[in-house]
Amino acid sequence: MTETRPFVEIRHAKKSYGSLEVLKDISLTVDRGEIVAIIGPSGSGKSTLLRAINDLDPLTGGEVILDGTQVNKALPHRQYEKHINQMRQQIGMVFQHFNLFPHLTVRDNVVMAPKLLKGISEDAAQKLAEEQLAHVGMLERIDYYPSQLSGGQKQRVAIARALAMKPKLMLFDEATSALDPELVEEVNQVMKTLAQEHMTMIIVTHEMEFAADVCDRVIFMDGGVVVEEGPPSIVFQNPTQPRTRDFLRKHLSQYEKEK
Amino acid sequence: MDVDLILRVYPYFLEAAVVTIELSVLTILLGLLCGAAGAWARLSRFALLRFAGAAYVSVFRGTPALIQLFLLYFGGPQVGIQLDAFEAGVIGLGVNIGAYMTETMRGAIVAVDHGQGEAARTLGLSRAQSFRKVVLPQALRLMIRPLGVNINAQIKGTALVAAISVVELTYTAQRYIGSTYKPFEMFLLAGVLYLIIITVVGKGISFLDRRVRLQ
Ligand SMILES: Nc1ncnc2c1ncn2[C@@H]1O[C@H](COP(=O)(O)OP(=O)(O)OP(=O)(O)O)[C@@H](O)[C@H]1O
Ligand SMILES: [Mg+2]
Repeated sequence: MTETRPFVEIRHAKKSYGSLEVLKDISLTVDRGEIVAIIGPSGSGKSTLLRAINDLDPLTGGEVILDGTQVNKALPHRQYEKHINQMRQQIGMVFQHFNLFPHLTVRDNVVMAPKLLKGISEDAAQKLAEEQLAHVGMLERIDYYPSQLSGGQKQRVAIARALAMKPKLMLFDEATSALDPELVEEVNQVMKTLAQEHMTMIIVTHEMEFAADVCDRVIFMDGGVVVEEGPPSIVFQNPTQPRTRDFLRKHLSQYEKEK
Repeated sequence: MDVDLILRVYPYFLEAAVVTIELSVLTILLGLLCGAAGAWARLSRFALLRFAGAAYVSVFRGTPALIQLFLLYFGGPQVGIQLDAFEAGVIGLGVNIGAYMTETMRGAIVAVDHGQGEAARTLGLSRAQSFRKVVLPQALRLMIRPLGVNINAQIKGTALVAAISVVELTYTAQRYIGSTYKPFEMFLLAGVLYLIIITVVGKGISFLDRRVRLQ
């Protein structure tokens, strides 16, 4: 029975800051192994929606369900804490500004959480660090501190840190927006590798080409609602909604100009 | 300037300097304890604790340390608190500097980038784990310098206990003026010894700060 349920399910998500409605009744689902891009103008609520999935920005209404378990359960404080920490261990998140821990080496950035939460041994931690860092091409920098890395390298370590918890789902919030243009590709490459390994990913991005290339589905948001969604070939080439067309005209032409 | 006199009395001043150092160490340790407790209260989830922390800070920063000291030492016996002058000095000044340290520590904790705690929570760390492993280690580095300012102020602030007759540097200088009538030499000597203590401590703090600083 549960097999037929979607892997990630967002039901009637609503979010307001005071009188400002940022998410207006959004419902969507993501299948296991699916890669979904969320695009849309600045302020449309993309980050808010993404951060609602692991309850970092709690919704004011609606539900988020991951693999049959509701993430944003209303529970007494202590129980909620236990529950949400459990859920978050299964949801990796990558931030625009990396948020690596500056006081820890690359190795400890990657294994701090698994050591603390899964009680793995020093040996297992070392193996895990090597394995995850090799995966993102950062093994040689295992003893460095974040301040000694380029932006692209930092983001790759941040991805390794998230993956070290063996999450079921990965969330990316403009993972390449803070990078110099020449460093974007190395991070995109890592994300493509994850795509090939069938990691379920929800990716907020401004990079239309990357979304078209990697994602199974594109969701266009504007003003707190999903305006249009579908496979990239449809959304990018034959959008049905005028607002999508407007947005793409601006962004694709901007992209052309940059070239 | 009477150099002979200085050479004759300086061993007594060195002894007094040891008392000043003892007072400094004890008040600073007590201050750090009170500061940590105060900062913890001020950042608590519970409004009552936040209120208690804020009240502590405003009362102790809002009145002269000398009044606090007099209240404890002279007023204490009236309400059943019997302390000798040294004990009253340590407790009075320690709790006083703790109010300043509360603000220093709280400031350093909230100065840690919000994204740090967020990243830790995202990995599944509890509030406590994220504080202990991610926020606090960074806050400790940020607070060394401003705590150094509090510590500098506190070393000089120990001079206040001369007013309740603890035989430390300032009191000793005053006592020798009574017998020698040479205030210039006596205060100069005391001043130089304060300067030495403060310079050494200041260097130590700068060294520590450089050692642990993050780029
Ligand atoms: N903590 C907050 N308090 C008040 N308003 C907020 C807060 N966080 C976000 N908002 C508002 O919510 C709206 C949506 O923000 P959100 O960050 O989700 O947009 P976004 O689509 O991610 O934009 P961008 O592309 O610029 O990252 C914006 O109008 C923003 O100003
Ligand atoms: Mg955003």
